[in-house]
Amino acid sequence: MQRRVVFNDKLLPYLLLAPQLAVTLVFFFWPAGQAIQMSVLSQDPFGQSVTFVGLENFREVLADPDYVASFWRTLFFSAMVAVLALVPALVFAVMAERVIRGAGFYRTILVLPYAIAPAVAGVLWLFMFSPSVGIVAYWLKKLGVDWNPKLDGTDAMALVILAAAWKQISYNFLFFLAGLQSIPRALLEAASIDGASEWKKFWTITFPLLSPTTFFLLVVNIVYAFFDTFGIIDAVTSGGPAKATEVLVYKVYYDGVHALNLGSSSAQSVILMAIVIVLTAIQFRYVERKVHY
Amino acid sequence: MGGQVDTRSNWLPHLILLIGVFITAFPLWVTFVASTLTPREIAQTPMQMWPGPELWRNYSQALTQGSRGTYLSPPAMTLLFNSLVVALVVTFGKIVVSLLSAFAVVFFKFPGRMFCFWMIFITLMLPVEVRILPTYKVVTDLNLLNSYTGLTLPLIASATATLLFRQFFLTIPDELVEAAKIDGAGPMRFFKDVVVPLSRTNIAALFVILFIYGWNQYLWPLLITTSNSLDVIVVAIKKMIGTGAEPTDWHIVMSTTMLALLPPVLVIILMQKSFVKGLTDTEK
Repeated sequence: MQRRVVFNDKLLPYLLLAPQLAVTLVFFFWPAGQAIQMSVLSQDPFGQSVTFVGLENFREVLADPDYVASFWRTLFFSAMVAVLALVPALVFAVMAERVIRGAGFYRTILVLPYAIAPAVAGVLWLFMFSPSVGIVAYWLKKLGVDWNPKLDGTDAMALVILAAAWKQISYNFLFFLAGLQSIPRALLEAASIDGASEWKKFWTITFPLLSPTTFFLLVVNIVYAFFDTFGIIDAVTSGGPAKATEVLVYKVYYDGVHALNLGSSSAQSVILMAIVIVLTAIQFRYVERKVHY
Repeated sequence: MGGQVDTRSNWLPHLILLIGVFITAFPLWVTFVASTLTPREIAQTPMQMWPGPELWRNYSQALTQGSRGTYLSPPAMTLLFNSLVVALVVTFGKIVVSLLSAFAVVFFKFPGRMFCFWMIFITLMLPVEVRILPTYKVVTDLNLLNSYTGLTLPLIASATATLLFRQFFLTIPDELVEAAKIDGAGPMRFFKDVVVPLSRTNIAALFVILFIYGWNQYLWPLLITTSNSLDVIVVAIKKMIGTGAEPTDWHIVMSTTMLALLPPVLVIILMQKSFVKGLTDTEK
């Protein structure tokens, strides 16, 4: 945690820390504090008077069917994104480990979506699936699928899930690849000598040894789906149609910025903070174990 | 296959990887093709899958004029400039600020050291998405709306970068510090001549990750800029897409989209080693 040999200056360390601490205090702690403060206050519609209402805002938020619906929607969205981003990434990583020729090419292409902004990824998918000009929408129509994400909530949800998963496959692919490379060759060779098939080796050796990576990625993917997909949703559906794609983060934004419901939005912010803290704690607890492993 | 690497008969991995390449590249290809077509060609169903002759015209119109429609977008030149300023200021700001604070935490002993460290650490748990309104309010109170400062300064504190540098600094041998002290070099001299040069590969790795992070910012610029001339390119693209009342200039939207995704994609391709290192290091 601390080095043995250190410098002895008294003032200098504080000066060195000052820029980071100043930004942190002003733009992280102060707003977070205000969110907590506003979440227990109620403001009248004209902004004239403010009253302390305790946990009333939270009670209202949690009793609001819209919020509860958004919560379940977010869970569904995250689970779908995580599965659709993890499974193909694992398959691609296992295959990429087996090829020699073209390995660099495959890897370069597969990691590209990581560089693309969520909102831009959203626009790519929006265009392909646009009922009026999209090429994939055209194919779907040919296949007899009645596709319209502008009107149909299920279609819209499918579209944002696909765009979000597409973008996250790169990340998972790289981590699975690193995980695969750390599996001892000797184990796999021993299994081969015993006559185990590729399929059997995967399920009895590779997959169990990858489980720390998989668990870590699962948490990261859920965090990603919860918080980093705002751009995708805003670009593709703006939470619509009829709130069909309004996940929690989008709702905080909408209720605060467009509906100007400060008390509710702040209470939602505080609930989200609690969710992030839980997810981060799980992640770090796990990382701790990985270090010993 | 029996575990032997047989490059002649393993067509299955290649097939599956080619499917992966197709899934990854197809959306990019469609966008590229659309950016080289006339609006009429784009509207034709099905749209052709081979580039047309309008590449030059579409990109120069996007770069110098922008899209028409309800949102009077500035030319993409301006948008690219804004994005570049945001990305570079955020990247270098984060790197410098984190180098300094990690240096303080690791190489000095002072009251409140652990407290400072935890304060930085906790910011991991407060992403902008969860404190949207209050942060917006703080920025308004400080009169930073519609300014480059407002766009970048709040994004400069980074727990991730600080933790990464801290981790690395702990591995610098004590002998180096002792040698510096014997030579009478002060801490800042040691920082400049030893710590920063040793951190080169870490800085490069972080550069890739942070550049992408900065370039791709969306929610924050969306909130704090109301003036179109300060829009970053990612936000502008979304605003260019009509809401239905007016047709979307897809040829301009698609060429602007290509312009928006090229810089971070190039950074990843050209600095692939640093990128992989940055990605895996920052998650530890």
